[in-house]
Amino acid sequence: MSDTTITREAIQTRVAEALEEFGAEPSEITPDATFEALDVDSLDLVELGQIVQEDYGVELKGEDMPKLKTVGNAVDLIAERAGA
Amino acid sequence: MDKRVVITGVGAVTPLGVGARTLHTRWCGGDSGIEDGTARADFEVTEFLNRKLARRSDRFTQLALIAAQEALEQAGWDADEPPHDSDRVGCIVGTGIGGIGTLMHGYDVLNESGPGKVSPLAIPLMMPNAAAGALAMRHGLHGVSFAPTSACAAGAHSIGEASRAIAAGDCDAVLAGGAEAAHHPIAHAAFGQMDALSDSGVSRPFDARRDGFVMGEGAGILVLESGEAAEARGATVLGEVVGYGATSDAHHLTAPLEDGAGAARAIRLALADAGLQAADVDYVNAHGTSTPLNDASETRALKAALGDRAYEVPVSSTKSVIGHLLGAAGAVEAVATILALGERVAPPTVGWEVRDEGLDLDYVGDGPRRLDVNGKVPVALSNSFGFGGHNAVLALKGAPA
Repeated sequence: MSDTTITREAIQTRVAEALEEFGAEPSEITPDATFEALDVDSLDLVELGQIVQEDYGVELKGEDMPKLKTVGNAVDLIAERAGA
Repeated sequence: MDKRVVITGVGAVTPLGVGARTLHTRWCGGDSGIEDGTARADFEVTEFLNRKLARRSDRFTQLALIAAQEALEQAGWDADEPPHDSDRVGCIVGTGIGGIGTLMHGYDVLNESGPGKVSPLAIPLMMPNAAAGALAMRHGLHGVSFAPTSACAAGAHSIGEASRAIAAGDCDAVLAGGAEAAHHPIAHAAFGQMDALSDSGVSRPFDARRDGFVMGEGAGILVLESGEAAEARGATVLGEVVGYGATSDAHHLTAPLEDGAGAARAIRLALADAGLQAADVDYVNAHGTSTPLNDASETRALKAALGDRAYEVPVSSTKSVIGHLLGAAGAVEAVATILALGERVAPPTVGWEVRDEGLDLDYVGDGPRRLDVNGKVPVALSNSFGFGGHNAVLALKGAPA
């Protein structure tokens, strides 16, 4: 992450890709969509945490998970921690 | 404790293809699913499961889900809700090994990238009860569910225990069977080092040239219902689980008792449970692994339990064409047996040619044989024996013509 700038858009795209891979319907993945509605559960969020750790060096902890209700919540938290 | 247990749907995925009927037809046609000394089940997972379910299932669970879908369709059940009080519908699906592919992949990731990269799905996918849980979740079954793990007897134990749950009145119906997907190099290496696998790569049960089993993979699932529950909804009955016998050799980690006494007791128990005599048995679907020890011991067990009848009744092994499906074997073979009884035919032990000393039963080496039942509803035994000395025998009855 040294010579490339992390943008909020890039994070949004990466999160959407991950959710699609987890089995969420692509057309339903919007910032306001809740993880519950997307059938994305705590196990998926742990995997999402592993992905953003790898890609952005950002850690999502167990205590963060209950606060993440929507796709937008997750993108905001990742962007904030990544300094995007 | 005396409720009838009927079979209203069967499903199978085997090295002969997807579908129970495919297994029966190709087996009777003498086709083999064994290639290059191994037997793989060929299926495109996305044809059957959505992305989420597919990635949340080890291959053994995927196989169970696909077989269950077929069985439920045949039984005329809705996919997401059983036709009975769902609290009284169970799911008992065994496996020998469980999600070994998932486990070993997780271990590779751990070694290469550290604990932070290990998937949180590793445990829930590899656990041996994953298939039973997945079927209960997908099909809305809220009764008893668990996974018998008794090595190569797991599929038969599942069906036997499921039939007990119905006979005891705990359940109106149970989805029962077994699944296995253990084609990982560690399993091949370990079975190979035990001298259990065939060096020649040929599965030749009961033949003098047999030199071990060929490893297969797949799943078999049966819809079992109480006779009353099936009748109440006007279901078509394919057959019946009339008896179940289970014993332990308590002898050796892997070798069966040489005289087959443990297996013979299980056969006698299954017949007694069914209220049948040896003379009533029209067909035996043998465990018949193609290992030197099993096939000799099983032959002695059949003679001990069935007496003179052992020499008259056709005895054949499904493993001659699909190899050994380990924890799925008993379930797939029960499915194959029900179809054979339905067609009034004893499928062949494909490739059987050379008689071994002492192995002098009728192994149906010359192609499928019409069962001579004189209008009566035929009865078969399906034998399964597992490492650890576990013996499970099912007595199955066909449906009236």
